[in-house]
Amino acid sequence: MSPAIRRSRLPTRGTSPSRPWLALPLAALVLVVSIGVAVTIGPADLTLSEVGRSVATHLGVGGALGLEPLSALRDGMVWQLRMPRILTAAAVGAGLAVCGAVMQSLTRNPLADPYLLGLSSGASLGAVLVLLAGVPLLLPVAAFVGAVGALALALSLAGALGTITPTRTVLAGLAISQLCAAAVSFVIFWSAKGDAFREVLSWLMGSVASATWTSVAVAGGAVLVLGTLLALTGSVLDAFTFGDTAAAALGVPVNRARWILLIGVALLTGALVSQSGSIGFVGLILPHAVRLFTGARHRLLLPLSALAGGSFLVWADTLARTVFEPRELPVGIVTAAIGAPVFAFLLWRGNHR
Amino acid sequence: MPTTQRGLTAERVSWGIDGQLILDDVGVLAPAGAVTGLLGPNGSGKSTLLRVLAGVQQAGRQAASGPGPTTTFDGADLRALPRRERARVLALVEQDAGTDLPLTVLDAVLLGRIPHRSLLAGDSDADRAAAHTALAAAGAQELADREVGTLSGGERQRVHMARALAQRPRLILLDEPTNHLDIAAQLHAMRVLRDLAADGVTVVAALHDLNLAASTCDHLVLLDGGRVVAAGPVGEVLVPAVLEPVYGVRVDVLTHPRTGRPVLSFDRG
Repeated sequence: MSPAIRRSRLPTRGTSPSRPWLALPLAALVLVVSIGVAVTIGPADLTLSEVGRSVATHLGVGGALGLEPLSALRDGMVWQLRMPRILTAAAVGAGLAVCGAVMQSLTRNPLADPYLLGLSSGASLGAVLVLLAGVPLLLPVAAFVGAVGALALALSLAGALGTITPTRTVLAGLAISQLCAAAVSFVIFWSAKGDAFREVLSWLMGSVASATWTSVAVAGGAVLVLGTLLALTGSVLDAFTFGDTAAAALGVPVNRARWILLIGVALLTGALVSQSGSIGFVGLILPHAVRLFTGARHRLLLPLSALAGGSFLVWADTLARTVFEPRELPVGIVTAAIGAPVFAFLLWRGNHR
Repeated sequence: MPTTQRGLTAERVSWGIDGQLILDDVGVLAPAGAVTGLLGPNGSGKSTLLRVLAGVQQAGRQAASGPGPTTTFDGADLRALPRRERARVLALVEQDAGTDLPLTVLDAVLLGRIPHRSLLAGDSDADRAAAHTALAAAGAQELADREVGTLSGGERQRVHMARALAQRPRLILLDEPTNHLDIAAQLHAMRVLRDLAADGVTVVAALHDLNLAASTCDHLVLLDGGRVVAAGPVGEVLVPAVLEPVYGVRVDVLTHPRTGRPVLSFDRG
C-alpha cells in the first residue's frame, strides 16, 4: 500500500502569490500616503498640497518646483508640530514590528514582543533614570541598557521556572515588565514637580505627542541602521523555523546568532522607547498580520512588517489625537485596544492546537 | 580500520552531562551506499550519538587520556569542516521537529537550501528546482502547497526528509524516522532511505522497530547504556545471543519466506 515514489515530475510553481515583491513598493506607498494624509488631519484644515509645499520648501526644492511657501503659522504647524510627531510614529511602529518579528522567530514564541517580554518597560526605566540624573544625551544608551537588563532577567526567570516555554517566557516577561513599570512610576512620583501623572502615562503607555526632529533622528536613524541590519538576517531566522537543532544542522552558529540578534533587538527597542515610551502590542500583532499574507519566510516578512508597522502606528497616533479632540489619548491605549484582543486570540489558538 | 573508506567512520565518541556518560567510547562504521541502522533500548544514546555525529552537539572529551574522538566522512574530518560546508555534506532529520508558524511545505523544504546560498540571497530557480526534486524523492510532491501544520504524521515525516534531501547531502542522519507512523508510512520512509542508499548516499537511521531494521538495513550498530555492544551485517547482530541481554526479552529469529531476511519474534523472558 505504500504510495509509489515519484521521481520524475518537475516543478510547478510554489504557493506564494505570484509576485510577492510587489507588496514592498505598495506598502511603501501606503506608508508615504499615510504620513501625508495624517499631517492634514486635525484642526486648521490643512490640505495635501499644502503639506507637499511645506515639505518641498524645507527640502530646498520648493523654489525649483515653482511652489510658494506656506504662511509661517501653517508651515510651523506642518513642519514643526505634526511632521516630527508623525514621522516618529512611523519610525517607532516600523522598528517595533521588526523587533517583534525577530523575537517571535528567535524564541519560537508567537507571543513574543518587546512590550510583553519587558524590554520596553526596562528601556523606559533606563530612560527615566537618566533624565532624572540630568544627562539626556545618554538617553538611548540608558534605554538600551534597561532593555537588555529586562530581557536577560525575563529569560533567566523563565529558565529558572523550568523548560523555557512560550507561556513561561511571557509570564516572566510580565513580572519583569510590571516591576520596571512600578519603578518608573516611583521614580517619577518621587522626583517630578508639576504634571507627574501625564509623564508617567506617556512613559508607560507610550506617546509621540512631544516628538521633535531630534526624536525623528534618533528613532528614524535607529530603524534605518538596525532595522535594515535585522531585516537582512532573513535566512538566519528562517533556519530557526524548526528549532535550534535544525538551525545548527543548516550551518547556523545558533548561540552566536541568537545573542547578536537579541542584542540588536534590544538596541533598537532602547532607541525607540527613549523617544516614545513603551507602546504595546505593535510588535506582537503586525508580524502576525503580515504573515497571513507572506507566510513564515522572513525575507519578505521583515521589511513588509516594518512598512506596515509604520503605517499602523501613524494611524493609531492619528486616532489617539483626534478621537476625543481636543483631548489626547496616549497612543498606547489605542494599540492596546487593538492588540489585547489579538493577544487573547493567539493565546486561545495556542491552547487549541 | 581503513580511514580512506567511503562513508562515515566515527571513533572514540564520548558525551556526558552532569558527570554522567551518555555515550562511552562509541565507534560507528557506516559505509557509503548502504543503510546503517542504529538500534538500542530507550535511553541507550541513539539520539545523542546522531546529534554528536551531526555536529550539533559538541563531543565532550570525557576520555581523560589518549587520542580524542574522530568523525571522518569520505576521508574528511567532519568536525573540522566549517558549519555551512558541513551542512552541504550532512543532513539531520530530527524526531518530532515542528513549528507553530504558518509555513507551506515548499517553503519548509526550501529551508534546506540555506547552506547552499549566500545568507542575503533569496530562493533562486535552482533552489526551487532542487526543492521540487527533493519533494519528489521523498514522495511528497503533491503536498507542496499544503501548510505544514495541517499534515498528518506520515506526511510531515516525508516533508522533513524532503527538507534534508534539499540540502543535497552525501550523508543523512535520521532519528527514528518511522516513529508514530502507520505501517504504510513506515515502509514508505524506509523505501526512500533505500533509494537514497542506491544513489550512493550514506544513510544512518536510529530505529526502534527491530523487524523494520531487519527488513531494510544493510548494517546495524546496537547500543546499550551508551556503549556499542554489537555491530555488523544484519544477520550477525539480530541474533538471540546479542539481543536477549540488551532488551531483556526472549528472541526467536525466523526467516522471511520471500526475502530470506530475518523476522524476529519476542517473548517476555
